[in-house]
Amino acid sequence: MIEFTLWDIIRNLLFATRWTVALSLAAFVGGASVGVLILILRISKTGWLRRFGKGYIALFQGTPLLMQLFLIFFGMPMLGFRIEPWTAAVLCLTFYASAYLAEIWRSGVEALPTGQWDAAASLGLHRIQELRLIILPQAFSITRAPIVGFLVQLIKATALTSIIGFDELLRTSNAINNATFEPFKVYGLVALIFFVLCFPLTQYARMLEARQIAH
Amino acid sequence: MSYSLDFGWLYDALGAIARGASMTILLIAVTTVLGTIISVILAAGRRSGNRPLRQAITIYVEVIRNTPFLVQLFFIFFGLPSIGIRLDPISAAILAMTLNMAAYTTEIVGAGLDAVPKGQKEAALALGLRPRQVFVKIVLPQALQIIFPALTSQIVIMMLESAVVSQISVAELTYQGDTLQARTFRAFETYFIITLVYLGLSIALRRLLVGAGRATLPAGVS
Repeated sequence: MIEFTLWDIIRNLLFATRWTVALSLAAFVGGASVGVLILILRISKTGWLRRFGKGYIALFQGTPLLMQLFLIFFGMPMLGFRIEPWTAAVLCLTFYASAYLAEIWRSGVEALPTGQWDAAASLGLHRIQELRLIILPQAFSITRAPIVGFLVQLIKATALTSIIGFDELLRTSNAINNATFEPFKVYGLVALIFFVLCFPLTQYARMLEARQIAH
Repeated sequence: MSYSLDFGWLYDALGAIARGASMTILLIAVTTVLGTIISVILAAGRRSGNRPLRQAITIYVEVIRNTPFLVQLFFIFFGLPSIGIRLDPISAAILAMTLNMAAYTTEIVGAGLDAVPKGQKEAALALGLRPRQVFVKIVLPQALQIIFPALTSQIVIMMLESAVVSQISVAELTYQGDTLQARTFRAFETYFIITLVYLGLSIALRRLLVGAGRATLPAGVS
């Protein structure tokens, strides 16, 4: 048995936290980019594009994230790609996030008065310009609270990537626990670190929501 | 390199998949009942005059909502035995799922309670009902009706999240998938089928809950 002081444990956990943070950010940025595309499909005027967007969202919201991870992790090698846990984790969480973000933004688009569309059309803008200049900026701005709320969900979701072998916070803590046999302390500390990451965002989301209601 | 999909193993695996699905259904059924009852009590407690109680409930809700379910599960299954609480995998899974779901549904039920007009409570009190009767017979049914769609979503989310209890070897759907793919070496096909079963379960569960809501709650539920 290796001797670990409390400080050793904390230091190792904090070191692993950067991977949790990096994965969350990568998935959020990736998810936002793909999410905008899915959103555009979801609100398209063409029936089959809209159905594709709807199906995509339903698929990711109707299946466990763990299964999505497994399918990418085990499925990609079959197509001939060698895939590292990090790549699989980023790829999977990007798709996962894109579905949720697209759905949140869609609710924002639908909350806008139809006058906004009419006004955009009357200015002679074509569809892409309408979306880029008029609709999307407003949809993004009124959905800021649920987006921050989803970021919390995404940070928590990164814990699942420990199962496919990505060395983030939880997997590191499993390794430390196997060496120290102090699961109460180790998992307690992991929970604390996640709480410190997530709680300020939760409060921020709440503040945004309160501000929106006040307006 | 070419790879051909092979579903030949599926016929022999149907029994295992069905057993796994039943365990998943059992877990979510127990969690739904316990979680809803606990969250009604906590939501009411959070609106009581007792300040320490209110704060304790708030801390519980915030801690659960801001930490991953998998960490909570590991803490309960691996961590609690070191302070003398030893649970078998299924009890640990049910405890973790119930605690997790109750934290979310406490907020949902709370929002429902707040949305019932104050006049309802005042009218009931004026009719001479006792405070407990007012809560159980007047306020709560209306609150449940308001929050029913949100509650349904939360139950489906919890069912999907229950996939991770396979990590503490509860023999539910994902665990059966793990075992099958270890035997057949057909990881992708196995998880593909398991994912489809989850998709079916989540659609069926939503239909079932909406149907049950329509049948039992007074006015129409969307």
